[in-house]
Amino acid sequence: MRREPVLNTLILLALLAVPLAAQALDEPFLVTLATKAAILALAGVGLNLALGLGGMVSFGHAAFFGIGGYAMAVLAAPVQAYEPLMTWPMDLPGTKSMPAIWLAAMAAGALAALVIGALSLRTGGVYFIMITLAFAQMLYYFAVSWPAYGGEDGISIYVRNGFPGLDTLNPLQFFGLCLGVLLLALGAMHLIARSRFGLALDGARQNPDRVAALGLRPARLKLIAFVISGAVTALAGALFADLNRFVSPSMLHWQTSGEIMVFVILGGAGRLFGPVAGAAIFVLLEHLLGGVSEYWKLFLGLALLGIVLFARGGLIGALAGRAVAHD
Amino acid sequence: MTDEILEVQDLQLAFGALKATDGVSLTLRRGEIHALIGPNGAGKSTLIGLIAGTLRPDAGCIRLNGRDVTGCDAAARARAGLARTFQITTLAPELTVLQNVMLAVAGASGAPYRFLRPALSDPALVERAGGFIARVGLAGRRAVRAGDLAHGERRRLDLAMALALAPRAFVLDEPMAGMGPDGAREMTALLDLLRREAPILLVEHDMDAVFRLADRISVLVSGRIIASGPVEAVRADREVQRAYLGEERLA
Amino acid sequence: MAGGPAPPAPPETRPLSAMLLIEQALNGLQYGIMLFLMAAGLTLVFGVMGLINLAHGSLYMLGAFACAAVAAATGSFWLGLAASLAAAAAAGALIELSVIRRLYARDHLDQVLATFALILILSEGTRWLFGSFPLYLDIPAALSGPVRLPGGIDYPLYRLALIGFGLAVAAGLFLLIGRTRLGIRIRAGEADREMIAALGVDISRLYTLVFALGAALAGLAGALVGALQSVQVGMGEPVLILAFVVIVIGGIGSINGALVGALLVGMTDTLGRALLPVAFATVLPPAEAGSVGAALASMLIYIVMAGVLVMRPGGLFGRA
Repeated sequence: MRREPVLNTLILLALLAVPLAAQALDEPFLVTLATKAAILALAGVGLNLALGLGGMVSFGHAAFFGIGGYAMAVLAAPVQAYEPLMTWPMDLPGTKSMPAIWLAAMAAGALAALVIGALSLRTGGVYFIMITLAFAQMLYYFAVSWPAYGGEDGISIYVRNGFPGLDTLNPLQFFGLCLGVLLLALGAMHLIARSRFGLALDGARQNPDRVAALGLRPARLKLIAFVISGAVTALAGALFADLNRFVSPSMLHWQTSGEIMVFVILGGAGRLFGPVAGAAIFVLLEHLLGGVSEYWKLFLGLALLGIVLFARGGLIGALAGRAVAHD
Repeated sequence: MTDEILEVQDLQLAFGALKATDGVSLTLRRGEIHALIGPNGAGKSTLIGLIAGTLRPDAGCIRLNGRDVTGCDAAARARAGLARTFQITTLAPELTVLQNVMLAVAGASGAPYRFLRPALSDPALVERAGGFIARVGLAGRRAVRAGDLAHGERRRLDLAMALALAPRAFVLDEPMAGMGPDGAREMTALLDLLRREAPILLVEHDMDAVFRLADRISVLVSGRIIASGPVEAVRADREVQRAYLGEERLA
Repeated sequence: MAGGPAPPAPPETRPLSAMLLIEQALNGLQYGIMLFLMAAGLTLVFGVMGLINLAHGSLYMLGAFACAAVAAATGSFWLGLAASLAAAAAAGALIELSVIRRLYARDHLDQVLATFALILILSEGTRWLFGSFPLYLDIPAALSGPVRLPGGIDYPLYRLALIGFGLAVAAGLFLLIGRTRLGIRIRAGEADREMIAALGVDISRLYTLVFALGAALAGLAGALVGALQSVQVGMGEPVLILAFVVIVIGGIGSINGALVGALLVGMTDTLGRALLPVAFATVLPPAEAGSVGAALASMLIYIVMAGVLVMRPGGLFGRA
């Protein structure tokens, strides 16, 4: 009996049921909470490709999350200020269209991941962690000291951006949109994990020297995975900025990197639905514990420490048993 | 077409003051098994690393099929037709036997960058991989994780992956290591089969196997080749006996 | 430009003088030496135990809080300083015994997660105890005020003392590692973990000792810097990340690399912040030059790090 698919279906149904129930009970705040969970899950799905399948311990994914958020602000802010995005070298207006914003966010995230990844992958192991953390911090300081988009205070986008055929200001419709994007990303990850590339990446994680002796380049495989990973997390950043209608350097903060990693690990690294379960739990804990104590992260820390020391494999690992490849 | 599939010329590599490889030249000809022997610490692993491309020489050159590959990395040499196995058999332990060999097929084809099509339903990969698995006698073990294989089976899987590269030359690093007498016999038979695909540069400690299989032997001591030639000639070489087979044999 | 509050006032772009340059170079030196105290502990712990410790910044914070609290209670900065050393070393030993030693055999991911959890616990715990408002630590009276250097530069005595004191601690650390029995064991542990166990050294005690030593250095740095800035939760992590930059530049596990990397980072950052706005002022209007220069200066050390990664991926003093 394979329990993981059953579990995945249950997680999805729960994510779908909560906002519908909330709507019926007239608790719109819960819809927002579920939307936040879906978006953070998407950020985790991005990291999971690098971390779970590629074995790259990136402590800098806040960089891509924040870049996605700022991509949204850069494109949408000129529209609300009735200014063009740029006049040189060509006239370009801003946009309030989500699909265009998403493309720009993913392109910017991919480009940043290409540069950061190419530099970080020159070394391995513990260096990778420190370097990704450092570059994310660089972007954080840049965002704080660059005054154009509000510097430390960030910038508000007063009206949520639009998506053709939807009313994005309706919480339930925006939730549906985010869930749809999350499902698309999950589907793509499912395919990638089983493709030739996924196989090669999995091999490169487990045994880079052997894989190189087979004519494959582990560093290039990892870099490509890192770029895709950065693009997906940047997309999540654009959605997160749209959810809050606000962008600030806190999206780039190192703690955000740690939290994205916690979603992935809490759920189970390398598991398709690990980030979804992890993000849902995180948002739930934040809501429940955050209401009880101002210091809820103390308890989050204790829980995380307990999981790392005593319950490796995350939630899905605990409920569905060890990952199986007996196909 | 040249008869020298692999040519190593005056290879040098020093780690600080230690000359790990000190002017090594050797060739691997079509159809032969060329054994490389030497005492522990003679620099065999370093030489293999240099030939396979995981180490860069300070000087000298390596030609594969007449083409200079000295500047190529390990992956490029593998694609140019150099298949190597490792002393400590190293595979992707979480992948199945089939997936490991599929990885090799994908590597050899130079087309790992397909992102959406499931690899396991790609007949070009699965069927080819299945063929290589059958040839090393692991057909019944396709779905087993590499990490769960017995030691001898891992060695065979390693060979299947080398075969899957459709190589022009094999570089095998102690394929008999850790095998019992039965396993060593089976492996000897398998290597005899392998030489029909491509010549083999064989680093090996098992002298019985070396004397049974090799056409030529080179003896590496302290980073230098002190003798090279047909089996009997090297066996009779006094310097070799002194340096390698041990002083006591002379006494 | 788009929305948001008005941009912050640009930093001063006063004209450059030799005096300013020397003053900034001294600031950079002082900053670099404090970074060295942080980076030394990190790189020792990695070199000897193979552990990446994100919670090293929390020990820096603990040192600062201990110093501020004791100094406030007793009125003596020096008692506070002693308390910071004791508190950070004790916290380090306690953390090593309860958590860290379970992580040596684990992979880097587990180490990162567990020490990230420690950051959350220590930060929130400290906030619980001391509240969210920053504490202020006064410079001791004996070291307050400026001192006139040769050449007529007035420079804060406390900063000068930090340079001297930091250099003395660094020299002590080099002596400890180079000349003492503990140092021999540390170096042996870096070279070969099994050998040192075979030598009959109680390895778990050595590990606790090294971790506590690193913690004490971090706590000391936190207390010393705490008198220049405010003491607050979250003060440790930016310094931790800078220490990582130092280690990447210097080469992990190398104390020499940590020293050179720390001075390079301290100097680059300080001089960059002082000089870049001035340099841009020659081509841009002052307000813009200030903000462009400041933004670029904030990225400078990371650009240096990227350059080192391109040239020598293992760091300046790394094993190649």
